Amino acid sequence: MVNPTTRERASVQELIAKAGNNKRKKVIEKIIPIILFLIAGVSVLTTIGIVATLIFETVTFFRQVSLLSFIFGTEWLPFSNKEPKFGILPLIVGTLKITLIAVVVAVPIGLAAAIYLSEYASDNARRVIKPVLEVLAGVPTIVYGFFALTFVTPVLQTIIPDLKIFNALSPGIVVGFMIIPMIASLSEDAMSAVPNAMREGALAMGATKFEVAMKVVLPAALSGILASVVLATSRAIGETMIVSLAGGSTPRFDADFTGSIQTMTAYIVQVSTGDAGYGTPIYYSIYAVGFTLFLFTLLMNFLASRITKRFREAY
Amino acid sequence: MVQLMNRTDNETKATVSPMEAPVREAAKPVVYDTKQLNLWYGSHHALKNIDLPIRENEVTAIIGPSGCGKSTYIKTLNRMVELVDGVRTSGEILYRGRNIFDAKYSVEELRTRVGMVFQKPNPFPKSIYDNIAYGPRIHGIKNKKILDEIVEQSLRGAAIWDEVKDRLNTNAYSLSGGQQQRICIARALAIEPDVILMDEPTSALDPISTLKVEELVQELKENYSIIIVTHNMQQAARISDKTAFFLNGEVIEFDDTDKIFQNPADQRTEDYISGRFG
Ligand SMILES: Nc1ncnc2c1ncn2[C@@H]1O[C@H](COP(=O)(O)OP(=O)(O)OP(=O)(O)O)[C@@H](O)[C@H]1O
Ligand SMILES: [Mg+2]
Repeated sequence: MVNPTTRERASVQELIAKAGNNKRKKVIEKIIPIILFLIAGVSVLTTIGIVATLIFETVTFFRQVSLLSFIFGTEWLPFSNKEPKFGILPLIVGTLKITLIAVVVAVPIGLAAAIYLSEYASDNARRVIKPVLEVLAGVPTIVYGFFALTFVTPVLQTIIPDLKIFNALSPGIVVGFMIIPMIASLSEDAMSAVPNAMREGALAMGATKFEVAMKVVLPAALSGILASVVLATSRAIGETMIVSLAGGSTPRFDADFTGSIQTMTAYIVQVSTGDAGYGTPIYYSIYAVGFTLFLFTLLMNFLASRITKRFREAY
Repeated sequence: MVQLMNRTDNETKATVSPMEAPVREAAKPVVYDTKQLNLWYGSHHALKNIDLPIRENEVTAIIGPSGCGKSTYIKTLNRMVELVDGVRTSGEILYRGRNIFDAKYSVEELRTRVGMVFQKPNPFPKSIYDNIAYGPRIHGIKNKKILDEIVEQSLRGAAIWDEVKDRLNTNAYSLSGGQQQRICIARALAIEPDVILMDEPTSALDPISTLKVEELVQELKENYSIIIVTHNMQQAARISDKTAFFLNGEVIEFDDTDKIFQNPADQRTEDYISGRFG
């Protein structure tokens, strides 16, 4: 211990006591959590409000249309003058077509990009590629939408002559490209988090770089990778602008990818931008469809959190 | 030191006269011959004119103060050091007569013949079984029966079979640090390498696990050539046949372990082993 009296200034302990920070700190420590709680509360309340509205209007819809015919109906003809039909399946099928194509496109490309970035790319390559991916993620979806309609569809038509102007294929592929950055960057994060010691362990046994990537890094990062895929899928399910622009507005219950379709989101846009009278079944139907969509994404989020727990490899 | 003397009577006799040492050395063929090896990390000259003949079925200990290049040297032997950006080497290392820096020499082939155990246990986040089977599998062994056999044999070889035989399917990370290290040794044994490199394999272990690993090294010597980096002088004296003393990237002295610890030729070696610096 240094003897404080031999120095010109007071000891640090004395200076601390004199500064008297403690009282002010105590007050701040009391107030800060309250403020933070209120702010957090706003977002929780907003969520509750939205879900409550959704449920309330959905319930009203089911006073007018039977739940069974909604869930199991294979015809979605809300604008029919004679006999409107509200079977959600065609809209779900439309959404699933888009999602399927998007995932098929995005998972291999996104994973390949992630493996390249985390295992092979030099610092220089990474410095170029990562910002490009971020730009890809930042393109407004409306731009993707007319890109699908005015570029991808005509190109695809030269390969598949039967392809209609509005179809599932083109927006599906473009939605796929839209979610690639999400899969690539989240998966890359998961793979980069795998400790180097593990790579070295495998390399020291004579594994090649590719074997290390596929048999050590990929399994160790599996939970993060699966979660990224699920979140990206969720994004694809909820995607609206691209499918509204390039997918068409024909709800169909079939397995055809070349013709016009309608997704849940595109239907909501169609009704919202048209003039459905307040109180009509059409008006309420968008809430029912919106609620269905909400259940889908909720399920995906639930899945994502289950997967992260289930496949977490401890290291 | 006492243990050392008791260990093998015939060897003790040999060390009485240093002149006889070269004769005895000649009996065992050289596995790894390092000739005028230099290594730079960028501009940092980490290994300087290293000459070291390492012989078959012997334990060679590498000792020296922190930062003297022990890990660098051992990682050069299986070319793991090249994972660091900006590493340059000159000179040659002959492994079984072939220069490992030769452009035609595949690192994968080299590392299949030369196993490595790291300072910190680094099992894969997989089951114990899959950890051991990893090496054989990537090298194309798929037969379940053969794999089972390899796994058991390797775990026995690493003196951990009895502790884990009932839970081969649990994650290797559920084991203690000492057990994990022996799993890593078993993993290295599973491809039946020719040489095993160990970089401070016991520095993260408790005394009992350390003892187990040391005994293991003694047994493994029958079938493998072992190069072990250690900070523990007693350990080097207990388990090694030859000792190389590194200082500032140079080999100051390389000789029989008995000789190094009882009658070192260089004053710096004596200072180091008697704890006067380092
Ligand atoms: N990746 C690296 N990049 C640059 N310099 C390095 C690197 N690794 C080691 N060095 C330097 O090379 C020298 C030798 O390091 P090395 O790790 O071989 O020492 P060591 O003898 O194993 O030490 P320790 O006993 O502390 O493990 C040190 O000066 C170190 O700073
Ligand atoms: Mg070291």
